Amino acid sequence: MARFFAKHLAFLLLTLLVVSFLVFTLNEFSPGAVARKMLGAYATQEQVDLLTKQMGLDRPLLVRYVDYLRAAASGDLGYSLRFKLPVKDVIVAHLANTAVLAAIAFACIVPLSMVLGVAAGMREGSRLDRAILILSTVVASIPEFALGVFLVSIFVVWLHWLPGTATLRAGGGWSVASQLVLPVAVIVLFDAGYVVSMIRASMVEVMQRPYIRTAVLKGLSFRRVIVRHAVRNAMLTPITVIMLQINYLVAGVVVVETVFAYPGFGRMMLEAALFKDIALIEAGALVAVFLAVTTNILGDLAYIVLDPRIRV
Amino acid sequence: MSTPVAADVLSASPPATARLRPVARWRRRLEAFGASRPAAVGLAIVLVWIVLAVLAPAIAPYAPNASDLTALAHPTPSRAHWLGTDHLGRDLLSRILWGARPVLVIAPLAVLGAAALGSLLGLTAGYYGRWIGAVITRACDIVLSFPVIILYMIILAHFGSSAWNIIGVLTLTKAPIIARIVRGMTLDLREREYVAAAKMRGESALYIMLVEILPNARGPLIVDMCLRTGYNVIIIGVLGFLGIGLPPPDPDWGGMVKDTYGMMMVWPHMALFPCAAISSLVVGFNLLAVGLRELGLRD
Amino acid sequence: MTDGPLLQLRDLHVVYRSRAGDVSVIPELSLSLQAGEALGLVGESGCGKSTVALSIVRYLGRAGRIAGGQIVFEGRDLTTLDLAALRAIRGRRIAMVYQDPMASLNPVMTVGRQLMEVPMIHEGVSARVARERAIAMLGEVKLADPAAVMDRYPHQLSGGQQQRIVIAMALIAGPALLIMDEPTTGLDVTVEAAVLDLVRELRRRHRSAILFISHNLGSVARVCDRVAVMYRGGIVEEGPVRQIFANPRHPYTRGLLDCLPTLGRDKRQAPLVPIPGQVESATARGAGCGFARRCAHVEAGRCTSGPIPSLVVEGEPQHRVACVRAGELPLWRRRTSPAVADDHGADGEPIITVHHLTKVYEPQRRRRFGAARPIRALADVNLAAARRQTLAIVGESGCGKSTLAKVLSGIEIATTGGVTLDGSEVGRLGVDARSASLRRKLQMVFQNPDSTLNPSHTVGYAIGRALRRLRDGAPADVGAGVARLLEVVKLTPAMASRKPHHLSGGEKQRVAIARALAGDPDVIVADEPVSALDVSVQAAVINLLNEIQAAHGATLVFISHDLGVVRYLADHVAVMYLGTVAEVGRVERVFAPPYHPYTEALLSAVPVPDPDAAVARILLEGPVPRADEIPRGCPFATRCPRRIGAICDDTPPPVQQLAADHRIACHIPGAELQRLQTPLVGSAAAGR
Repeated sequence: MARFFAKHLAFLLLTLLVVSFLVFTLNEFSPGAVARKMLGAYATQEQVDLLTKQMGLDRPLLVRYVDYLRAAASGDLGYSLRFKLPVKDVIVAHLANTAVLAAIAFACIVPLSMVLGVAAGMREGSRLDRAILILSTVVASIPEFALGVFLVSIFVVWLHWLPGTATLRAGGGWSVASQLVLPVAVIVLFDAGYVVSMIRASMVEVMQRPYIRTAVLKGLSFRRVIVRHAVRNAMLTPITVIMLQINYLVAGVVVVETVFAYPGFGRMMLEAALFKDIALIEAGALVAVFLAVTTNILGDLAYIVLDPRIRV
Repeated sequence: MSTPVAADVLSASPPATARLRPVARWRRRLEAFGASRPAAVGLAIVLVWIVLAVLAPAIAPYAPNASDLTALAHPTPSRAHWLGTDHLGRDLLSRILWGARPVLVIAPLAVLGAAALGSLLGLTAGYYGRWIGAVITRACDIVLSFPVIILYMIILAHFGSSAWNIIGVLTLTKAPIIARIVRGMTLDLREREYVAAAKMRGESALYIMLVEILPNARGPLIVDMCLRTGYNVIIIGVLGFLGIGLPPPDPDWGGMVKDTYGMMMVWPHMALFPCAAISSLVVGFNLLAVGLRELGLRD
Repeated sequence: MTDGPLLQLRDLHVVYRSRAGDVSVIPELSLSLQAGEALGLVGESGCGKSTVALSIVRYLGRAGRIAGGQIVFEGRDLTTLDLAALRAIRGRRIAMVYQDPMASLNPVMTVGRQLMEVPMIHEGVSARVARERAIAMLGEVKLADPAAVMDRYPHQLSGGQQQRIVIAMALIAGPALLIMDEPTTGLDVTVEAAVLDLVRELRRRHRSAILFISHNLGSVARVCDRVAVMYRGGIVEEGPVRQIFANPRHPYTRGLLDCLPTLGRDKRQAPLVPIPGQVESATARGAGCGFARRCAHVEAGRCTSGPIPSLVVEGEPQHRVACVRAGELPLWRRRTSPAVADDHGADGEPIITVHHLTKVYEPQRRRRFGAARPIRALADVNLAAARRQTLAIVGESGCGKSTLAKVLSGIEIATTGGVTLDGSEVGRLGVDARSASLRRKLQMVFQNPDSTLNPSHTVGYAIGRALRRLRDGAPADVGAGVARLLEVVKLTPAMASRKPHHLSGGEKQRVAIARALAGDPDVIVADEPVSALDVSVQAAVINLLNEIQAAHGATLVFISHDLGVVRYLADHVAVMYLGTVAEVGRVERVFAPPYHPYTEALLSAVPVPDPDAAVARILLEGPVPRADEIPRGCPFATRCPRRIGAICDDTPPPVQQLAADHRIACHIPGAELQRLQTPLVGSAAAGR
């Protein structure tokens, strides 16, 4: 067990280093650009050079990178040009918003896709299976923004049941809770479509295994065969996929956040990229990668816990 | 699904297809497509879009960037503009038809690139094992662990977005997925006895990887390539929607939605039609992938 | 309880739905089984025997269905029962044991819980009672330390142990009928013997009826009272075991017995007679006898039209045959070799020698606690094979024979020691490092016909490529070379354009042999080449190997677990156990006393299709050591029934040279063994 953690921790650190270095390089390769960005297009070259020197941006890349790491280790991630606040505060605020969305969505996706995936896979080829398969395929094929457009046209434009944006400000007559409904719905539909097909595929494969035949021929009821024998085996591979969805829910929902003007982490990154807010990009990338590798580790851990062939 | 017993009983003697001539064999394959409804529907949708894209210059009623100022007051669907116009008076039908062209070029090209690169990486990682395999796998994991949207935003915001840049970025980010699949299959296939037989003939590693192993990874690879194409279409749309897709004024489905989304309360059709277009194309690719997987891709 | 038979199948008609429409896999089958009786159902692949079993429990999958007939069990027709009634019967009155025990057990559930489920569901007992019953049952199937086994997972147990658990699970509710579908296929010979004996004992104790399905006539002879032989979905012959084996009347049954290499047959005196053609499936079934196309006694008209009646054999009222000509055929005689002291003349110079070969694998996976230990696959192996001779390597799983094949062929290299091939030292040369001429000299034929040919390449490409790579200088016409090789292996040149999945198992193996012959090798290493083939096809491939060896003057190193084939084919044989050579020598000497104790146990364990064979049964007790924990002394000491004391555990046994070409590695002197041991079935001295 200790070896498992040591190996994965080492990998986490390695990944963080590599990615942060790459992003750093990408952003700060030309030293003049940063200063130019800060001063604007109309500054003279001398002013740019002066500022570059003052900020220490003309030093070699590696030196700057080490400095950055040192600062980051002590909690100083820089200053955001776009939001005019310390990067740390910006990230924490946006991350908190995203966390709310992600938590609700995750709580809906996992049980929903498990139920549908198992129901579809346990009787392959049945009408229920075909219906779930086609439905999940279609829903997973619609890009999130298109899903957003479709849902908005129905529930906002036509029925006026829900608000069209989710800025999390309680003004305008819509409660915060009602603002969250559509973004969560879009995320759940899109992601569940994918997870359902994974669980279904795993379930179909498990149902063909000889030990299911053994269970049935022992005289067990179908329900018992499914619940006691099939499901745990079927969840072995999807569990890692489900853990990876957390990663998507935090960093990958930028589209949904844009559609609904939700002040989340993804949108923050988009604005940072468009605005070339270097400090924010670097810090945000680190957070995203940290999350990605952590969910990877969680997925592996879950697999180990579930499968005795690895544990014992 | 039939039990193994059935397969055993039914295949004890060789089937008659062995003796059919090539033409008849292809016809059988097409008939097999008909056996799976998702495959048939998916293929039909994709083919329709390809035809529409190819014929767009001929069948689009208007030039895609031409503004019809008379329609500005009533941009909703009418006899002159079957799908209506957008906020600048440009005919939506023509823009949608023209918009299919770059998508249907970029998405497959990116998939082919990813398949080529991914297959090479996967074959090498699976065949050599040990530390070459470990290094490649770790590198793939690193790339995969990065949330792709953020990667696109950083790279494209930095280098600008042209068709080739998008293809490049898509290739780089999708190759690791394919590499992982191919690696898994290679690990399995390299234990086959025909690989040992090839080694005993003194075949080079490159020959074994490309001629002995890769052709047998065909099935799942093709299914995955269909899925990737669908996802690529989604990503191209997303890039356009976020404003980092192909530069205007070329019609780009995602970009069309981005420009007209704000007017949904008044004129929802402007955003709805491009959304429907992109959704239908992806549905086509995904249904095709589902159907191909069902058919098991027998030769 | 009714008076009639326990189980009766009447005109059973089973159909499978395939892409080509509905196929009558079993057109019309009738069978009956009395309470407490053991009936064997024998046939090759595709004959439908497993389908019969699955029909009884109605588990045919989505493609299969019962289209007609009745299955009457304890007075009720199973084909008309609803699911709830069926569930009450499954596991309780009818239980099943399967072929692959590892795959038949749920990998994420402890063995104990899987056992306890049965009485808890069917009899409603509490968990505590169920646990006690389960532990008692595990004791009955002779598992050591049953309480500990209850908490293990299936992957922690050996194949033999897993099968015992499946049997325990089947018997725990006391069923009236036990269906066993190839229960010992895939188990080692000694393990199989122990399981078969267990089945006999349990049957006596529980008085269950058994339907024993197998392709192995020997196992059936050991367990059953009656036998039914199936071909293409129908029963061709049926009757008491003794009568079937002593007086087979149907040409197919005779054909099967003729092409079986039992322990008493030698290639020189009693050649195998294969059944012409290949095993046919139910699809192309026409009118008349299903066996007509392959039958040597077929008469057009009588045999090929109309239904074939089931006739009673004269003088044997329980014995029925489905053959119109059964009464006209001459009596059948078992083919055996006479007990002659054989002399083959002096052996030639060895072309391939193995000297002090040791192969150690570094640990791949760490164990959870404690350091990982290396796996010793081969230890100080010494062998030799001369030109034009067949050396057989025989042993059970884990004995190292596959590793030996890999080292010989260069896929692995030796750790210490060496292999000399025609004067060149190749033990440390991997196949990449060997010169082209060395590669040409030694080629291999593999075990699994389904993976020996690349499914994406045509037959012509596979053979042609071998020709191009292995011949010095490319032959002018590869096509002609391919056609010639196909003829050597008795296939038509038209096969060159086919792909492997259009070929049968036997055909694929022939193509593999043709491919190995492309370079005209001096040594052919065949690793279990016929183990995966049907019995009637095995004989043809074995004969082919024999012919090729004689015609090309090649040396054949033949690796197998099947002692009957080895006895038939080999000139010399080496018996291996856990990486060491226990005994090696002329085949007649090894198969006669003095035996190494392991050879003795092996020979006594082989199931022979002769119910009269008096076999001194030697059952091995004790655990098989793990591959990374091989004991210091004799590796067989933990299970040896003739272990003489601590010396066996501590000191490696000396190699005794009993004759010029007969060596035994044992602490017991050869003369003492000779005194203690009695000849077993199949030895020349036993005679017949």
